[in-house]
Amino acid sequence: MVSGELSKGLPKTADVVIVGSGVQGASIAYNLAKMGVRDVLVLDAGDLLTGSTGRCAAGIRAQWGGELNCKLAKASLDIFETLSDELGMDIGLHQGGYLIVAYLDSEFQQLKRNVQLQNSLGINSVILSHDEVKERFPALDISNAVGFTYHHRDGHADPFLTTLAYIEGAKRLGVNFYFRTKVTGIEARGDRVEGVQTSKGYISTKVVVNAAGPWARDIAQMVGLSIPVEPEAHEIVVTEPVPRILDPMVISFSGNFYMQQRPNGSFIMGMGPEPYAHPKDQYSLTWKFPYIMAQKVTKLLPALREVRLLRHWAGYYAVTPDRHPILGESRYVKGFYMSVGFSGHGFMLAPITGKLIAEMIIGKKPSIDVSSLRPERFEEGKLVFEPMVV
Amino acid sequence: MSDPIIVCRCEDVTLQEVREWISRGYTSLEDLRRILRLGMGPCQGRTCIPIVQRELARMTGKSIDEIGSPTGRPPAVGVELGAFTSD
Ligand SMILES: Cc1cc2nc3c(=O)[nH]c(=O)nc-3n(C[C@H](O)[C@H](O)[C@H](O)COP(=O)(O)OP(=O)(O)OC[C@H]3O[C@@H](n4cnc5c(N)ncnc54)[C@H](O)[C@@H]3O)c2cc1C
Ligand code: FES
Repeated sequence: MVSGELSKGLPKTADVVIVGSGVQGASIAYNLAKMGVRDVLVLDAGDLLTGSTGRCAAGIRAQWGGELNCKLAKASLDIFETLSDELGMDIGLHQGGYLIVAYLDSEFQQLKRNVQLQNSLGINSVILSHDEVKERFPALDISNAVGFTYHHRDGHADPFLTTLAYIEGAKRLGVNFYFRTKVTGIEARGDRVEGVQTSKGYISTKVVVNAAGPWARDIAQMVGLSIPVEPEAHEIVVTEPVPRILDPMVISFSGNFYMQQRPNGSFIMGMGPEPYAHPKDQYSLTWKFPYIMAQKVTKLLPALREVRLLRHWAGYYAVTPDRHPILGESRYVKGFYMSVGFSGHGFMLAPITGKLIAEMIIGKKPSIDVSSLRPERFEEGKLVFEPMVV
Repeated sequence: MSDPIIVCRCEDVTLQEVREWISRGYTSLEDLRRILRLGMGPCQGRTCIPIVQRELARMTGKSIDEIGSPTGRPPAVGVELGAFTSD
């Protein structure tokens, strides 16, 4: 018989308790252990990867329009490129690039400004002409597009393998993971975290990390903090595998879609929720979604007409008002850290944000200054601007 | 070494892999589906899920009922994308 984690009792104390074992919690746990913190515990209410991470498209791009996002995404990409070696497990990284398609003039102007910014930060993105796109990606019908940018190091990784690689890497360094263990309350004395109440018992700890994805607001509420992180359901479909015809992830902000062919040949595709009017807080599926999606992608990639849908599901973005994550320790509750509100790009940022949060916890200066993403920026009215989110 | 026994033909998963992850403590069908992509292929698990359920039952001592079955798939699935575009 196998001794699963269920047979082990929950410890009574820990140096750090992380709430949530998605890619964020897993990366934070691994980075803490790597920096020498020994007694780290990760709790998850669900089974392995039942949150957003197991439902995401796992695209990775450095093509952003704001300086901080460019820096974070580039640093993350650098880590992704050596992560399989570091963690000793394949993470399914495929760098087929991201092709961003503009259908509006104003949009293309913005994309061109972004490329300048990206280039100045060491991201070697380029503007492509229609002819160049036709030559490189002949399967695409781009007749109604205005312009394109492309970055060859962008791509995607397998969200299951990546998170598992972090989890297994963390376990090897002594981190313990408890699934089916729900955090029900957080004790604080004065302005300090004291412990965590769970469905399986109480753990006393001085540090709690909120990595609860779309449920982050509920966890913050447990220490009396109100954070503006809203779940926003997005639908997504995947097709049967077919021979390789498309290398890059293709996305468009005005076109409102993303589409990529996975290494196994299947196509994964999605869009923002407005056109199919999805209820924000449910995993339910709308009949409209496959229709709208099919109209968009068969126009762009006519070869998809004969390809069958294989699966259709929904997952939550955890959205903040400025669509940037909340990173750091609360000013009001010492020992309460947050790595939440990734607004649809928490997979690609996990390698770097996990490292930054771990640095903060051990009292080291974070290797990238993310103080502008502090939890209190909303009440201070200091939102961070980013022109490049769908 | 003996030849690998394939349990999921669609996603190319071997019995050895399944056993390895079960003994690492991943003992629910959903965990194994997520880790190994079991049942995610064109046959949607018709071939492999029953084999894995039996292996899980054998290794964990649970009954097939306790192990359970994967969640069902929505209606639009299995249709060609072109079929959604004809008006
Ligand atoms: C359709 C879709 C497409 C996406 N595409 C991309 C993409 O291309 N690129 C990208 O970078 N990002 C993408 N994202 C976003 C990405 O999925 C998320 O930003 C990322 O997975 C967040 O990881 P997480 O660890 O914060 O959250 P999660 O994976 O949701 O993990 C949170 C965990 O917290 C646990 N939890 C919650 N409450 C409790 C509690 N009380 N006690 C214990 N545990 C609890 C949950 O069970 C869950 O496992 C996409 C998301 C969706 C839905
Ligand atoms: S055999 Fe596993 S999905 Fe088809």
